[in-house]
Amino acid sequence: MSAGQGQANRTSWSLAAPALALLLIGSIGPLLIVLVYSFMTPGDYSGVQRPFTTQAWEQVFLTRDIFDDTLGWADAHMTIFWRSVKLSVLTAVITFLLGLPTAWFIATRPPDRRALWLFLITIPFWTNLLIRTIAINEIIRNEGLLNQVLLKLGVIGAPLQILYTDTAVLIGMAYVYLPMMVLPMYAAIDRFDTRLLEAAYDLFANRWQALWHVVLPVIRPGILAGSILVFVPSLGAYVTPRVLGGGKNMMIGNFIELQFGQGQNWPLGAALAVLLLIAVGLALTVYVRVLGGAGRADG
Amino acid sequence: MKTTAILAIGISALALPALAEGQLNLYNWGDYTSPEMIKKFEDQTGIDVTITDYDSNDTSMAKVSAGGHGFDLIVPSHNYLQIFVQKGLLAELDHARLKNFGNIDPKWVDVPWDQGRTHSIPWLWGTVGMGVNTDTYDGDPNTSAIFLDPPEELVGKVNVAPEMTDIMHLTTMYLGGEPCTEDKEMLKKVRDKLVEAKPKWMSMDYGMSDKMGSGDVKASEYWSGAIMRARLQNPAVVYGYPKEGYPLFMDSIALLHDAQNVDEAYQFLDFIMDPENAAMNSDYTKYPNGIAGSEEFFSDEMRAAPEMVVPEEHLANGKWMPLCSPTARDYMTAIWTELQK
Amino acid sequence: MAERRFDPTRLPGFATVAVAVFVLLYLPIATLVAYSFNGGDSVAVWGGFSLDWYGRAWANETVKAAALRSVVIAACASALATTLATLAAVGVVRNRRMKGRAVVYMAINQPLMVPEIVTAVALLIFFASVRQFTGYQGLGYLIAAHAAFCVPFAYLPISARLEGMDATLEAAAADLYATPRQAFRHVTLPLLTPGIIAGAMLAFVISLDDVVITEFVKSAGQDTLPTYMLAQMRRGVSPEVNAISTMLLMVTVVLLTAFFIINKQTNRGKQ
Repeated sequence: MSAGQGQANRTSWSLAAPALALLLIGSIGPLLIVLVYSFMTPGDYSGVQRPFTTQAWEQVFLTRDIFDDTLGWADAHMTIFWRSVKLSVLTAVITFLLGLPTAWFIATRPPDRRALWLFLITIPFWTNLLIRTIAINEIIRNEGLLNQVLLKLGVIGAPLQILYTDTAVLIGMAYVYLPMMVLPMYAAIDRFDTRLLEAAYDLFANRWQALWHVVLPVIRPGILAGSILVFVPSLGAYVTPRVLGGGKNMMIGNFIELQFGQGQNWPLGAALAVLLLIAVGLALTVYVRVLGGAGRADG
Repeated sequence: MKTTAILAIGISALALPALAEGQLNLYNWGDYTSPEMIKKFEDQTGIDVTITDYDSNDTSMAKVSAGGHGFDLIVPSHNYLQIFVQKGLLAELDHARLKNFGNIDPKWVDVPWDQGRTHSIPWLWGTVGMGVNTDTYDGDPNTSAIFLDPPEELVGKVNVAPEMTDIMHLTTMYLGGEPCTEDKEMLKKVRDKLVEAKPKWMSMDYGMSDKMGSGDVKASEYWSGAIMRARLQNPAVVYGYPKEGYPLFMDSIALLHDAQNVDEAYQFLDFIMDPENAAMNSDYTKYPNGIAGSEEFFSDEMRAAPEMVVPEEHLANGKWMPLCSPTARDYMTAIWTELQK
Repeated sequence: MAERRFDPTRLPGFATVAVAVFVLLYLPIATLVAYSFNGGDSVAVWGGFSLDWYGRAWANETVKAAALRSVVIAACASALATTLATLAAVGVVRNRRMKGRAVVYMAINQPLMVPEIVTAVALLIFFASVRQFTGYQGLGYLIAAHAAFCVPFAYLPISARLEGMDATLEAAAADLYATPRQAFRHVTLPLLTPGIIAGAMLAFVISLDDVVITEFVKSAGQDTLPTYMLAQMRRGVSPEVNAISTMLLMVTVVLLTAFFIINKQTNRGKQ
């Protein structure tokens, strides 16, 4: 390694240092507390106490049946986990399908108008998440706007039960996470020189080929960033499943919350959280390597 | 320019709040304190009251246990009050400093969860029961069958509040068991009943005063005061007291062991034991309060409300729910997980 | 042949989807604005037009203070997070052979991967001991906590922008006259601006929305609009909150309009 590279590394680290310090205080440090908690015994009525044990970690995978005392695979945990993954992937796909044209549309407006469109995307999100979710609730509920309109138009004969279903959760999550997809894609597309596309169009037979070969590589970092910002937080979503899903089926975020709340089993909650972190971390590494091409995140 | 303004706000926000004389920090459930009553207290005493909200006993307990929170008074539910006391989070009350102590209705003084009221003063109490829209179902609402064996008219239209202990207690009593049971046979029956009933529920959600008021939800297991507010919006709503047994609850106000404004806190505790002031709280929340004589200050509407005044024939079915052992709670959580997976 | 010279700004269907997206985004907002004028007592039943809730919201010091506190925290936290994220992105993204790059990348994205409740409980315990040690009770804890979970939201759009941005421009600047600082100030930063704006807006919105971490970190008298509403959920949220949200929206729209008008005039002045 050259002396120049060593100097560059020092510069890189010193520029990243303030952000890392903040994260150490506000996120990574606290996570270490959680890691310790996952190896402790649940306190009587919440909290943790000694002795140190791996009991919580065993509980994540195996449950002792409360009725016949047999040790079995914790299939309730797996069901909850898979539902979360499924809904989060679907959310990412929906926001991508809606977000790409939107980001493209904004990025191709005249330069002095783009900021305006960007603000228009974010303004709805300046109102609070809970109130927005409740507003969606107002629209899709049985006596709500959507059903009233559809009934009047004669499209349906009886109100559709959308509220309190997985569909409602998907609608809500896609709504909430849409800007997380649009903004990074916009940042990537905006830098794309559209003259390249015209030139490419001369080379390739049709516009979709041109898109695929010329546009995609350029906006790939944007897609990558956007899908991470949508997929990962939706895995831990808490408010939307509660308000729109009617709380009948938990997602992993609700389940972990249960352990820190009414369940009063902090070590299990901590172990589940650490496991989720590891799973997401691994998935991200693979995802970034496959989609981001070599050399994105490696050293 | 803009950055400077933001910075200025930021710096002023970071500055220490002035530790003025005459402050009081109340940590309470959201929307559970009459603003008029607080205003009256502030005008009378010159003490500045700050209310901070919580939405669950567990959150408030975690925060108070951690320390450094700055609160003086807290309002835990009766079953959590015992845990607060066990963990040493509350200060013992000096009854000599409370001249209105005698105003507490005698039946709320020697309660099983705070004998002699050594640590708490009644705030508000209520019951857990059934709200039913009689336009949809006009059968007997006084049974937990409303959500556990819903009549055909209510299938798919019932809500259940996502409160683990309430649901477990109601179901256990419905099946003839004791709340907090560790009996496996009974627990198995409870689980089977809940798993069987769940597909007939519409949702497990809060906010029923609006949703039942608007007719979106036709029946719900819920709290008495909220169902009363639903009835005020929609006269077809009635409140039922399950004959199989229903939980009573009482949230009581207590002094934290690390309170900074102890004198002000005592003044406030004394203030809310004045029947007129307690009535203001009830009027705002639609829950009764436990101070003798406060009914005189109730509106006629409240005095006649079947949600506030438990009818004679249902009185005996109301039970204090005991504090469950950690083992019983683990069983409940396991069943709850099974139910919501 | 006219078809052959196609205009990339007009991809078939894209504009339609984009317009539909904008309509859908504003539909719930329109609902909430409409219900803020509801004369009835609830958020769910329409009881005629009235300005009642505005009066009540305006008279409610608690809800006003909570709304203001939310905005202050979001402004401070997003400014802090965006600044630190920009520095980190500039340092890390271009240096592809940096030692420990993967570590930095994972550290920055870490707040995304942990459900809020977990960070919340840990922060509660950590900050409680800091509070007892220093005696400081201000909004600093909330701002630090918010800034931390805002970092990835600010970082990712900025790095997406930086990624593959033409490095030769900076090299050229360096060849010509510039110190690294000047090159950054006059070349990199202007090119990076759209990414920074996108990142800052995401960070602001994320901070404004946070419930769970705030609920656990706040101390006496530090309710924000979301935690105030969370505590109301059991009773049912009052239309007061609709009114407050609508007022915030209006302030936003007025500020933005002013910003764009001033911007336009400055640009015109330059020409």
